[in-house]
Amino acid sequence: MTIESLRSSPAPAVNGAPPVPLTETTTLTLAKAINAGLRRAMLDDPKVVLLGEDIGALGGVFRVTSDLLAEFGPNRVIDTPLAESAIIGTAVGLAYRGYRPVCEIQFDGFIFPGFDQIVSQVARFHYRTQGAVRMPITIRVPFGGGIGAAEHHSESPEAYFTHTSGLRVVAVSNPQDAYGLIRQAIASDDPVLYFEPKRRYHVAGPVSPQLDAPLESARVVAAGTDVTLLAYGALVTTASDAALAAADEGVSIEVIDLRSLSPVDYAVVEASVRKTGRLVVTHEAARSGGLGGEIIAEITERCFDYLEAAPVRVTGFDIPYPPAKLESHHLPDLDRMLDGVDRVLGRRR
Amino acid sequence: MHTVLTGETPAIFLQLLSPDGVRMPSAELDPWVVDVTGDDLAALYRDMVVVRRIDAEATALQRQGELGLWPPLLGQEAAQIGSARALRADDFVFSSYRENAVAWCRGVSPTDILRVWRGTAQSGWDPFDHGMATPSIIIGAQTLHATGWAMGARFDGADSVAVAYFGDGATSEGDVSEALVFAASFQAPVVFFCQNNHWAISEPVGLQAPAGIAGRAPGFGIPSLRIDGNDVLAVLAATRLALHRARTGGGPTFIEAVTYRMGPHTTADDPTRYRPAAELEEWAKRDPILRLRRLLDSLGRFTPELVAESQALADATAAELRAGCIGLPDPEPLTVLANVYATPHAGVDRQRAEYAAYLASFEPTGGKP
Repeated sequence: MTIESLRSSPAPAVNGAPPVPLTETTTLTLAKAINAGLRRAMLDDPKVVLLGEDIGALGGVFRVTSDLLAEFGPNRVIDTPLAESAIIGTAVGLAYRGYRPVCEIQFDGFIFPGFDQIVSQVARFHYRTQGAVRMPITIRVPFGGGIGAAEHHSESPEAYFTHTSGLRVVAVSNPQDAYGLIRQAIASDDPVLYFEPKRRYHVAGPVSPQLDAPLESARVVAAGTDVTLLAYGALVTTASDAALAAADEGVSIEVIDLRSLSPVDYAVVEASVRKTGRLVVTHEAARSGGLGGEIIAEITERCFDYLEAAPVRVTGFDIPYPPAKLESHHLPDLDRMLDGVDRVLGRRR
Repeated sequence: MHTVLTGETPAIFLQLLSPDGVRMPSAELDPWVVDVTGDDLAALYRDMVVVRRIDAEATALQRQGELGLWPPLLGQEAAQIGSARALRADDFVFSSYRENAVAWCRGVSPTDILRVWRGTAQSGWDPFDHGMATPSIIIGAQTLHATGWAMGARFDGADSVAVAYFGDGATSEGDVSEALVFAASFQAPVVFFCQNNHWAISEPVGLQAPAGIAGRAPGFGIPSLRIDGNDVLAVLAATRLALHRARTGGGPTFIEAVTYRMGPHTTADDPTRYRPAAELEEWAKRDPILRLRRLLDSLGRFTPELVAESQALADATAAELRAGCIGLPDPEPLTVLANVYATPHAGVDRQRAEYAAYLASFEPTGGKP
């Protein structure tokens, strides 16, 4: 991979619905790529149904489900009353009846009314019933900040779910993965939390109809030799930009897009850290109890002898999500990532 | 066509049997039991005697240290048997943890009913074998599962019905209100069967529902029936009515079956700390089995043969349950990490491999020290 391929391309004009089905590599925004993946899954399997608030005529507040109501009808694209526990809880019943529900939680901060059904029911049925009952439920969650929104619209609740056994958790960063992983998530016989980086919804990129990425694989975005920089969701782009900036100063950063947050593809992370000896993990979510701490602990256990320096976390603060005019201080940006890189290199404390 | 009922007035409290076992007319319910024969009544009696015996035997097993816990349904036999015997095999039950008589009617073996309470499994049976989900311990959560299942049945064009069993305490949970909203909005073929047994552990029903329970459903757009839950015939009739509405596109129905938890919440509970003894004595007079016995007697059907065969079945079931319970093997150690996911998961798979290696390190005993 060349360094040039890291640059986030400017969004070209992308108009209209994606072709049905996607037959060749096409440029789509991330939102349109999810839409194309949902459409493909619905065409392939009549048991795939969508549930959520405003997902029908409106196409969702981010338009991810645009035009699907017209194509598939109200029994498959279900505008629900405003009750997140019921969106998840009725999906459980639908799964019991052989459906593959795809639930849309409108914003990250709205998932908590549905939390009990997710952690007490969805996550546990397979274990509880010794494999008799499967929960092939996909829960789509727009997540993360950087859009200047009101409270509850910018959160990163992924660690609650990576801490919950029985759930798979993925976070996509680009249109190709968005298309591939939504289809993999729907096809999975396990429940999947599918986190969508809402501030990247309108970034476009090439989307191939090939399903090349398994559900639980990390991706090396750019090879490097000095520092491993681990990111997921919206921060993958920021991390890639940081790698470019560091390259100008002669520091070679290996950027990894984690993609799967549960399970973590430790084989890829471990191989990278054995090579670089230095690890920086970045996420928007709060530091304490976050995924970064867990990954660093696991990597430290696995390859302590290879570490040249204590791993570093570059994360959101341990605060409730701040007001929009303060969020730039909270969210890891390119400069804070480079500061983390400097620290892991011993250039500053 | 369907009565919308509120309040406590006896006139709208639907019964077919008085506490003395006298058959009473009800324009609402009579049409739904015209086909019930003396043999059917005898079968209901037999069911109720057996499940009461299951309850007593399981309580004894808990006292003897063979079960960790047991939630008795003593006093609620009519509510559970009458409703469950109205169901078809292709209907689906989503229940709480006290519906062990419903499980009996759905063909779950007594031993399987006990697995959870002995602690050998988190669920005792395969839900698809019996059309009954594994009981929900989270209060009220299953009402949403029933509603979702029913939405799916409607989408499929099937005439199968989901039945949600829950108690008076559950009606305070948000999930139950959300289930009523969704069921009404999507006209889901679901029956909400609430057993008002008057107590949620130590909290009386008046704390949960100062304005009553049955009166809530009409506010959601769901017809509601308030029935005598200790009257097995009324329960059978009301459930048949509700199932028929659901099967024929009428959508959800709410049933409040007024009954009484004559035992403790579970074997870990002590109701003498919060419940007046006089209340229990009062409800003992309305015992559901006694009531059906009186009806059978008046029909000349309470025969020595019925008594003997009911007793024999109860004895055999209790013996099977006791032997089955004590014979349940402890699960293999590594099953602690089995079935967390349906497909391989690197994190759990690694922990299983590590724990297997740890256990193997104690060979030749093969187990922990």
